[in-house]
Amino acid sequence: MSQDTNKSPRDRMLDRRMFLKGAVAGLALSALPAGANAYDWEKFLQKHFREMNEAELKKVIERLERETSLEWKKKITISTAKAIPDVKFGYGLDLSRCIGCRRCVYACVKENNQSRANQVHWITVLRFKQGEKWADLENSEKYYSSKLVPEEGAFYMPVQCQQCENPPCVKACPAQATWKEPDGIVVIDYNWCIGCRYCMTACPYGARRFNWAKPDIPQNELNPETHYLGNRPRFKGVVEKCTFCIQRTRLGKLPACVEVCPVGARKFGNLLDPKSEIRYLMSNKRVFRLKEDLNTNPKFYYFFAT
Amino acid sequence: MVYIVRNFFKAIWQVTKGGIGYYVWIAFLLSLIGLGIKTYLDQYEHGLIITAMRDQVPWGFYISNFTFLVGVAAAAVLLVVPAYLYNFKPIKEIVLFGEMVAITAVTMCIMFIMVDLGHPLRVWHLLPIVGTMNFPASMLAWDVLVLSGYLFINLILVFYALYKLSLSKEYSLSMIWPLILLSIPWAVSIHTVTAFLYNGFPSRPFWNASILAPRFLASAFCSGPAIMLILFQVIRKLTKIEIENRAIFKMAELVAYAIAVNLFLLGSEMFKEFYSGSIHKAPLEYLYFGLHESKKLMPWMWVALSFNVAAFLLFLIPKTREDLVTLNIGAVLIILGVYIEKGLGLIVPGFIPDSLGEIYEYWPVMPEALITIGIWASGILFYTLLLKFAIPVYTGDLKFETKKRV
Amino acid sequence: MAKKWMFSLILSLVAGALFYLFPVSFCFAGEEKMAQDPDEDLPKLFIPRSGPAENFPCSKCHKYRPVNREKRKLVLNHTTIELKHAEKNRWCFDCHDGDKLRLPNGELVEYDKPYLLCGQCHGTIFRDWKAGIHGKTVGRWVGDKVFYVCVSCHDPHKPKFKQIEPEKQPLRPTEIKLIKK
Repeated sequence: MSQDTNKSPRDRMLDRRMFLKGAVAGLALSALPAGANAYDWEKFLQKHFREMNEAELKKVIERLERETSLEWKKKITISTAKAIPDVKFGYGLDLSRCIGCRRCVYACVKENNQSRANQVHWITVLRFKQGEKWADLENSEKYYSSKLVPEEGAFYMPVQCQQCENPPCVKACPAQATWKEPDGIVVIDYNWCIGCRYCMTACPYGARRFNWAKPDIPQNELNPETHYLGNRPRFKGVVEKCTFCIQRTRLGKLPACVEVCPVGARKFGNLLDPKSEIRYLMSNKRVFRLKEDLNTNPKFYYFFAT
Repeated sequence: MVYIVRNFFKAIWQVTKGGIGYYVWIAFLLSLIGLGIKTYLDQYEHGLIITAMRDQVPWGFYISNFTFLVGVAAAAVLLVVPAYLYNFKPIKEIVLFGEMVAITAVTMCIMFIMVDLGHPLRVWHLLPIVGTMNFPASMLAWDVLVLSGYLFINLILVFYALYKLSLSKEYSLSMIWPLILLSIPWAVSIHTVTAFLYNGFPSRPFWNASILAPRFLASAFCSGPAIMLILFQVIRKLTKIEIENRAIFKMAELVAYAIAVNLFLLGSEMFKEFYSGSIHKAPLEYLYFGLHESKKLMPWMWVALSFNVAAFLLFLIPKTREDLVTLNIGAVLIILGVYIEKGLGLIVPGFIPDSLGEIYEYWPVMPEALITIGIWASGILFYTLLLKFAIPVYTGDLKFETKKRV
Repeated sequence: MAKKWMFSLILSLVAGALFYLFPVSFCFAGEEKMAQDPDEDLPKLFIPRSGPAENFPCSKCHKYRPVNREKRKLVLNHTTIELKHAEKNRWCFDCHDGDKLRLPNGELVEYDKPYLLCGQCHGTIFRDWKAGIHGKTVGRWVGDKVFYVCVSCHDPHKPKFKQIEPEKQPLRPTEIKLIKK
């Protein structure tokens, strides 16, 4: 009793919340298909990533690692590495260098365990004809299949998640399953997403992808080093997107697309560090951001080095 | 306790007995529902890949039907307004049956949302308290709240009325009057919020027009009452309930005004897009003239437009309005017209061209059509059963036992 | 009295001159130091140059064979080298001298510092490269970045990139279908 009175109002509210959650869980019993076991229950009742405490998160990660490793017959680690303090990630892409070779598209697929057959690509490379207007993007070609690139009279613009500071997708999500991390990366809790695809209609950059079917990844190509909010294998029926390779960048490494680019058109760094490459290009080069009129405030800067 | 059980069986008995026509009708609906469920199980297992929706067009036929039905739900209860304003005799019927249509339509809306979800079992995540509802930021969260509130209000209204009537008590409107009044702005709100759901994001310029919410309401006032017009005639024919022609003609007149407003708003939209000629005209261009050889929706849009104009004329001219044959033709035309315009004609062009300029011409495929038909069938079944129960209660043929009487 | 006045004037002038010159002298010292150590603001980690260098070091052959400085079509040796780099007004010895690279002022630099040579003409690109904007860095975004040098990507004799084969185009939405296993 005395213990109870010691609790802050917020704690008590949380208690009530827990109770209500339990009640709903009870009600939901009837909704789950017959034959669901305790294991399914744990899965079904898993809490929102940001609502779990350390102990709960540890348990969930252990379960997910076990589950995923079993499914893929491969040891898979799921990191929950937090954002590095005083870091806000920014990206630069040199449109005067990009040759449209799509190396980045497939490096991303491999690094981030995207579905192969039911193709999921986080990067879309658009081809434009030089001298034609390109504001409506409608004149662009996504399916170009020339033998060699860069083609005469063409230029290319890869588009991926722009990691907006003011992300419309986060506003749209009815369940708070997607949010902006302190280092500026917009992430999704794949265990919380209900798959309504409202975020996809809200995104002005076509950056979000839905798993229309169960992801298809060759077992031997599966990248076993994953992050909970990043490249761990996804489920059928959830939305996914570029996370600036959160599993790499939070360890100080560069995103896969930056590393693979054969012409060095891709730049990445900390926007809060005045000595970073990204800050240099912002202050020394002609920079633009896609659909800036929408006020989404992207952290993805297209620039022209020459 | 005993009488509750007895009354329950009585109600069950009431909806299960009927003529051969009734059984055939129910069997027909049940078979469609069965087909829908079977297809849905397939979708549940394999994912939404069995539909024609893809990343370029992530919303399709399900959400189209959802949008149309929100309009039906809203319009059904707005009948309360003319019912009281024009104060014609069979007032209670209109309110009651209108509310029943609203309940049915909202239930179908919920079903359409559920089949559209990638993870339907996780739907509790978006509820307040138990989940993490993104309120007030997400318009979808608002929509969940207003739709369930609307369902709740109408359930109370209908079941209060039926309960009172079944006990042969005088059904006093004054008791539920505040709720009836509340249901009117609430009806407006469900449709406004649903319009805002699309309206709020500049990523889709076609929806990002302030005229969208007024257009939603106007088109809802076309199709909703038109559905009621037909329903009333069916009810009148099949049961003892009398509904005057005068009431029906009055509603038809209101529909004519609504169509006029709807056409005017469409015209305003067209003027703005085509006269200003910015790149944002592309979706409207796609709808009515086709865009870069892509013209799948074009014939449908012209059909819808001509249906709407024809219905407008039929409802406007007193001679055709007051002839039940032409009136019904008009009603069917406007229902179909709005269904096309506000269904696929609203959702799909939001995604054509998509936000990176790609044109993917979505067209529903068999599985999603079957699931859609299944949901429509279950809605119609639900309404049939409601009617089967409510009509005899209303006419006094079905009475429940109470303690006092026993 | 006058002497005393003169003395204080001279003293204040000297003091003023010292006050003025002292920082200036430091400035000069600083600039001199910069000029002596041009590597100071350069990146530290490099990807080594790529490509075969079967002709290196030059002295392997040219110890015995005299150098023909005349601009001509190469027929006997170095035939694989195609000069497409301001070739109209340039010849081998503008950049090569013995086993070293030759800067326009005649100064010689080692082969593993090609950026010193390239930077002589391409100053703005050299500046961008040092900042990590031109060219490519790999490894880490923070701390030890590994820089590609000019010749890791560009053939110095023919620096314009060759066209390459692009990866496969994505599937169209209509081509993405349910795969039943």
